[in-house]
Amino acid sequence: MQMTTQDTHSPGLRYLDILSCQDTMLHRLDPRAKVLTSLIYIVAVISFDKYAVSALLPFCFFPVVMISLGNLPAAYLVKQLLIMAPLALFVGIANPFFDREIMLRAGPVALSGGWISCCSIFLRFALTALAALILIATTGFTKVCMVLDRLGLPRAFTVQLLFIYRYIFVLADEGSQMSKARALRSCGRRGMSISVFCSLTGHLLLRTVDRAQRIYMAMVSRGFRGEFRFKAPLSFGMREAAFTLGWSAFFIFFRMYSIPSFVGELIEGLLR
Amino acid sequence: MHMADALISPAVGGAMWAASAGLIAYCSRKVRTELDDRKVPLMGVLGSFIFAAQMINFSIPGTGSSGHLGGGLLLAVLLGPHAAFLTIASVLVVQALFFADGGLLALGCNMFNLGFFPAFIAYPLVYKKIAGSHRHRARTTVAGMLAAAAGLQLGAFGVVLETLLSGISSLPLATFALFMQPIHLAIGFVEGAVTVGIVFFILKARPDILDKESGNAPARSFSLRSVTAALLLAGLLTGGVLSWLASAKPDGLEWSIAKVTGSEGLGAQAGRAHAALAWLQEKTSFLPDYAFKKCPSDKTVESKNPEAADGETSLAGFIGGMLTLAIAFITGAALKRRKKKGLPQH
Repeated sequence: MQMTTQDTHSPGLRYLDILSCQDTMLHRLDPRAKVLTSLIYIVAVISFDKYAVSALLPFCFFPVVMISLGNLPAAYLVKQLLIMAPLALFVGIANPFFDREIMLRAGPVALSGGWISCCSIFLRFALTALAALILIATTGFTKVCMVLDRLGLPRAFTVQLLFIYRYIFVLADEGSQMSKARALRSCGRRGMSISVFCSLTGHLLLRTVDRAQRIYMAMVSRGFRGEFRFKAPLSFGMREAAFTLGWSAFFIFFRMYSIPSFVGELIEGLLR
Repeated sequence: MHMADALISPAVGGAMWAASAGLIAYCSRKVRTELDDRKVPLMGVLGSFIFAAQMINFSIPGTGSSGHLGGGLLLAVLLGPHAAFLTIASVLVVQALFFADGGLLALGCNMFNLGFFPAFIAYPLVYKKIAGSHRHRARTTVAGMLAAAAGLQLGAFGVVLETLLSGISSLPLATFALFMQPIHLAIGFVEGAVTVGIVFFILKARPDILDKESGNAPARSFSLRSVTAALLLAGLLTGGVLSWLASAKPDGLEWSIAKVTGSEGLGAQAGRAHAALAWLQEKTSFLPDYAFKKCPSDKTVESKNPEAADGETSLAGFIGGMLTLAIAFITGAALKRRKKKGLPQH
């Protein structure tokens, strides 16, 4: 049977959800520390100039250490990156065609600025996308929403995020079952016409609206009067402060000083 | 069409985040004060529905390829612009966190490109004006296709502008736009057809779902001809501005100054107050010229002159970089060996 996209997406959602329930030192850290550190990391990475490649390499430490400490599957995370890379890859691969000025010479090899900026884009994409996946895999979506709520995100939007997370598995499964049922009745014909898609999606939409009404009745019968309140069992201690400050200092230091170039020059000098 | 963190600068990301955060705050207030409490679970579940619907592909006739529903316009038709924007924004957050589809800092750009344009431009200014209360099938079809196309065109152009302003990509504006706009025009028409197909299905099965939104704005007597003329005029103006922006001269003001004074910037003012304020600005500006201050040791950044980027610097950078990578992976392997825990099953 033809593999449809929901076969790859829905297990992906669940798997990251399962990974976030592990009990490692990293998972036990307050989510605020992890969210803040991830944001500082992403800002530091994307603040580099378009031709920065060697200066970006120390930033590989963060995802490598987080994957190890968080007991995360590196191969799975890298596979997710490759699935979601099209725009960054397309824009990056176009750079060598438009930026042909030679910037690097090493013996007979000459590299144009376009190839260097292309590598830089790929590296930035890998680092920033990994940071997002690692954040969810070590923190969990619900805790990230709680942090965003504490940071001042409007309550209506936080509630929206929690609702969508709560029902995404339910509706993804329902959509997947409807799609498979249609495929099994298609007598081997591949693809789905637009009219069939509209009908199938329309049915899913009607079920969704009915489900929403049942949810509302259930909420009202449990005392919902328009306001949501969160219980917040968070504690930001010395470990979290050390985690955030330590990594932030690392990012700022390696943002300001290109240590790989310095070390490379040192080794070159020693070899002479 | 999702912007990635790899393609934006902190300034562009920050600015778009500020714009999207402002919109989220505004829409949240509107939803809280004006919308029925029933809409709260409906918004949440519809967000999940859009996610589920995006996972189902349909065949695009005549192309041999497949596509999926975007959902921005459909959400606007079902929920109205404010609730639709919040729902689209929440879908984008889930996509960014769970699938790395669009970066965390680029979320602001994506919310604006994929949320603001369909919900606040395409739906009220195009779809509602033409389709009105969905009484006429042909008008609703045209409304859907034009609105979806307009929303996606604006969104795609947003991606082009944000990439250009960030300065990470070397793609010229004209080339990038020539690639993005026609593709998204075709995608827009298909999206419009699919959206209208679902709307017609709902109208037959449960018209009460659409009553509140469509009933609030009865169709005005705009003729299709005047709407088409207005869109054509907007297209001509945009084309004129586009071709001006695509000019080789980077900045019109700097060019004009160069023509008059011989240099691209204005010289320092003679007054002490000006000099003091300029000194203060230089010392306190976090992002001078919309970029971080250059590190003095980052030689590859400064060198546009081929002679300066010599083999010694290149080799040093290569050696240092490989050593850094090796240390990073050895650290990771050493930490992993200490743990020796099994991974949860996929």
